[in-house]
Amino acid sequence: MNPTPLNQTGTTMAGTTRLSVRNIRKSFGTHEVLRGISLEARDGDVISLLGASGSGKSTFLRCINLLEIADHGEISVDGELIQMQQRGGKNVPSNRRQVDRIRSELGMVFQSFNLWSHMTILENVIEGPVHVLKRARAECIAEAEALLEKVGIAEKRHAYPAHLSGGQQQRAAIARSLAMKPKVMLFDEPTSALDPELVGEVLRVMRSLAEEGMTMLVVTHEMSFARNVSNRVIFMKSGEIDSDGTPDDLFGQGGSASFRQFIGNFGG
Amino acid sequence: MIGFGPTGWGGLLLVAALMTLCVTAVALLIGAILGSLVAWAKLSGSRILRTIGGTYTTVFRGVPELLIIYLVYFGGSSAVTAIGTAMGYEGFLGLPSFAAGALAVGIISGAYQAEVFRGAYLAIPKGELEAAQAIGMNRSLRFRRIIGPQVFRFAIPGIGNVWQLSLKDSALVSVTGLADLMRTSQVAAGSTRQHFLFFIVGGCLYLILTSFSDRIFTSAEKRANRSMPTSLGQA
Repeated sequence: MNPTPLNQTGTTMAGTTRLSVRNIRKSFGTHEVLRGISLEARDGDVISLLGASGSGKSTFLRCINLLEIADHGEISVDGELIQMQQRGGKNVPSNRRQVDRIRSELGMVFQSFNLWSHMTILENVIEGPVHVLKRARAECIAEAEALLEKVGIAEKRHAYPAHLSGGQQQRAAIARSLAMKPKVMLFDEPTSALDPELVGEVLRVMRSLAEEGMTMLVVTHEMSFARNVSNRVIFMKSGEIDSDGTPDDLFGQGGSASFRQFIGNFGG
Repeated sequence: MIGFGPTGWGGLLLVAALMTLCVTAVALLIGAILGSLVAWAKLSGSRILRTIGGTYTTVFRGVPELLIIYLVYFGGSSAVTAIGTAMGYEGFLGLPSFAAGALAVGIISGAYQAEVFRGAYLAIPKGELEAAQAIGMNRSLRFRRIIGPQVFRFAIPGIGNVWQLSLKDSALVSVTGLADLMRTSQVAAGSTRQHFLFFIVGGCLYLILTSFSDRIFTSAEKRANRSMPTSLGQA
């Protein structure tokens, strides 16, 4: 590992709060999906969000980069609060530019990959750095090729997404997010749309990211990942945090009765 | 008689075919502008805009083309005449028949293109738009990089179809006296009394135009679809 870098104020980066979410609430119609969720992710944290479908974990993740707008609550990325205001009785972001900038600092990996189908894999990966961050194209291409090498699909760089397997597409999508040099990576069930034999290759990439110290929030059903890779597990139930702790703690004695019942369904 | 000599109609027919091509091309362009505006209105969140867009497509797809051409030509001409009268000219001033024809066919083509563009937009997977938002693209960047190129790709077959329709609609413009392929065939047929011959020749020229442009659209479609799963192995 590299020596811990210093930020401008001279304090070490380790332990810096990368993401802070306070008291998020969200309803769809009369159905309250999130009932006051708070969470802090420190530099290098790998947090697995578990829960039955409908427990609100994906909605929670989508609220963080404002793909869904929470009705209530505060979100800060790397110490910067996302500005919100009330308009017509609804909570809306008050500064679109800030939202776009903060989104560019948060990597998002979707269940269904969502690569841009009219671009090759390489074009997908350089799209953000070149057009959002406005960096030099040649430099971005060099970095993108290194990233594609790292996720193991360098030879597919001139192929279109439709010509790749699901596992390859998801690894390309991870490379696309990494190309933005994000402060936090959000994973929304990254392996749920994959055939079982392709899950491993994606999990391996995620594991190596975790080992490099990337701050990650992972909505997943992969118990082995939650248990062996993450340093913190949050179990959500009906829009609330039911249990929160280290994997050893939760998978050991600390988990609530509902958590034990939940992992029981996975044969774990 | 259909030769290219001083007494032959060949040269005039070729010029007329070129005129038809020009009217249609300008009409397609006008239609593309109107069509994308109307498609945007129909997809917008505002009820008023949606109603306006819906009315446009209903009216201009539901009224005979010839009637629209008359409306634009005579409507436009009376507007021009009114302006002329106000400025001291007397008598009837006609709208240039090329402008009137291209505008009329463009308005009709716009109604069809709006539907093509709307369908193309709806064909873009929602997740790709979310990914664009999530990476921090603002609205104009999303449109330029993700929406625009994909709408274009999905729209090509439909636009090819509209082009074909417009090319044939442009024949109706001959009623305003524009020397397009239809009008010139008619004049040639009338003055030589070889009706059958010249209408057959005119028909063949239309067929050449349509089949030639069909080929162009097909190859454009193939090129744009190289990223689609069906093109596996064709690349």
